[in-house]
Amino acid sequence: MTNSIPEIEDADCIFVTGSNTTVAHPLVAHRIYRAKAKGAKLIVADPRRIHLASMADVYIRQNLGSDVAMLNGIMNIIIANGWHDQTFVDERTEGFDKFLEVIKNYTPERASEICGVSVEDLTRVAELYARSEKSTILYAMGITQHSHGVDNVKSLANLAMLTGKIGKPSTGVNPLRGQNNVQGACDMGGLPNVYPAYQAVTDEGVKKKFENAWQAQLSGKVGYTIMEMMHGLEDGSVKGMVVLGENPVGSDPDVNHVKHALQSAEFLAVIDIFLTDTAKLAHVVFPATAFAEKEGTFTNTERCVLRVRKAVDPPGEARPDWQIICDLSTRFGLPMSYASPEEIFREIASVAPSYAGLSYERLDKGPIPWPCPTADHPGTPILHTERFARGKGLFHAIEYRPPEELVDDEFPMQLTTGRFFPHYHTGTMTRNSPSLHKEMPEGHIELHPADAVDLGIKDGEYARIVSRRGEVETKVLLTDQVDRGTIFMSFHFMEANANVLTNAALDPICKIPEYKVCAVRVEKLDATSGATAAG
Amino acid sequence: MNLNFVRTTCPYCGCGCELLLEVLDGKLVGTLPSKTNPMNQGKLCIKGWNCHEFIHNSERLATPLIRKNGNLEPASWDEALDFAAGRLRELKEQHGGDSVAFLTSAKCTNEENYLLQKFCRVGFETNNIDHCARL
Repeated sequence: MTNSIPEIEDADCIFVTGSNTTVAHPLVAHRIYRAKAKGAKLIVADPRRIHLASMADVYIRQNLGSDVAMLNGIMNIIIANGWHDQTFVDERTEGFDKFLEVIKNYTPERASEICGVSVEDLTRVAELYARSEKSTILYAMGITQHSHGVDNVKSLANLAMLTGKIGKPSTGVNPLRGQNNVQGACDMGGLPNVYPAYQAVTDEGVKKKFENAWQAQLSGKVGYTIMEMMHGLEDGSVKGMVVLGENPVGSDPDVNHVKHALQSAEFLAVIDIFLTDTAKLAHVVFPATAFAEKEGTFTNTERCVLRVRKAVDPPGEARPDWQIICDLSTRFGLPMSYASPEEIFREIASVAPSYAGLSYERLDKGPIPWPCPTADHPGTPILHTERFARGKGLFHAIEYRPPEELVDDEFPMQLTTGRFFPHYHTGTMTRNSPSLHKEMPEGHIELHPADAVDLGIKDGEYARIVSRRGEVETKVLLTDQVDRGTIFMSFHFMEANANVLTNAALDPICKIPEYKVCAVRVEKLDATSGATAAG
Repeated sequence: MNLNFVRTTCPYCGCGCELLLEVLDGKLVGTLPSKTNPMNQGKLCIKGWNCHEFIHNSERLATPLIRKNGNLEPASWDEALDFAAGRLRELKEQHGGDSVAFLTSAKCTNEENYLLQKFCRVGFETNNIDHCARL
């Protein structure tokens, strides 16, 4: 996030898109309620009529995967009406002319045609967002999980720069990150292209710095992303894999393909707290510790570094993950020895400039947002206040591209995916929590009542969902939360996992898979036998 | 009877709510929201309120496992670590460091993520490390 979560409640206008905030980030949603109570305007753009839509001042339902066209249309309207911030554009940005060339082609009518939102509604969104003083954008995986996810994010950044709604309190472009420490895993260099604190592996100076710090020879070549690793396992270029606390067999798109890839591994080691579907394929499994059993830090979506503290001992012989990694490394021939997580954190602070001023001593007094370059620096709740990381903010000229997989006669409906309120990801934690399991013991699809009539399916009956990659059987819930022709499903339930169906088409830049759109067919099932009904 | 409260951070979404784990005689019995954290200000969601429940689940892994004759069977730490380290060393020697890939974790701590990427980059001279940030 460019701004902090508490700031949301003082915004004048909140634009939520591709985030089912009440379900996935309830405590952020709480700030939205408070802002509403203080008089803020709420815009919700989502293909599903999510809970927040019911309290929105403007709710627009764009077609799945049409975000770039929608946002370009909104920006076209803003410029045509002179609602943009020319001073901000002149002083803080570059690339505006090229951007303008593209935006000109997205007339309100053309944008409306592609995204399915009326010109009138696009204009209301444009006016509310651009003309409110403090406007903030909140987004999540509904924006990123597309074959054009990077384009979507850049389009949101364009919108914020065009109107000067960034670098000030209660504004900004704010991704709501889905995992407790996905921010931290990125910050720590758990990515194939960067060392800790986003220092590029391809930069010779950076490589030298880490070679000195770690007393080692390092590679200047960008490594594989997850999906490339899976392909590598299948074509034999990757032979072995070590998986720490992840369950790609549940969470990756096209899981049948992922399973096949992991089964092709000559060696697979998994470090986890449960025997996940991924661990079941391993050659060796190490029992690890859960968050309540170890010391450390997490970094949340607003870049605050928070302490994690040990409350209880792990079960049986389970050991803290950091000790497992040290032991494995040492026996492998690379001696690694730390007395405690705090000692590891000191090393992190010594190589990651944005963490340089942080210490357990400081964090014990409360969370601190990075960048925090020195021990007396208070942390940085708002980014880009005076300059962007690269100097001037760069406008990107972005053309709309349709999703990779469109509906056809064989697969006439669209599937989109997300979370349900009591569950989380592949269900490893929530389905093993009795209170949460009780809330929703089995999965379901959301289907529009009118589509259900056409398919002859009643509420509570079972259906088979088929895509080009696989099929699953699950219960049907009728709701107009989804639009006609679209179904919604989660990947919490391994026995009926949406990711059997999802498309592994990737964004060309960041390699995110297109979870949010694929083509499927829904077939009625006989409730008792589970066999396909006639027709 | 020994009742303690341990302040820590929720393991679910990226909000970063702080909470107090209730520990009764070495076992987790409940979760309370932190009132002083500026993020959650005394509130939690349904997942946060119940985040202690999976910790003592009987399905938790409690011993290392090694695949023998097709099945995962309990093993000692020494055996499991030597086996894994040996296989990784063989792969590196036979096929080069790029033949090994690592998935680190958005659920684990910063310290653990840091160590795994260091093991990958220093031990194997490769940048084949990623996690589910994209997923």
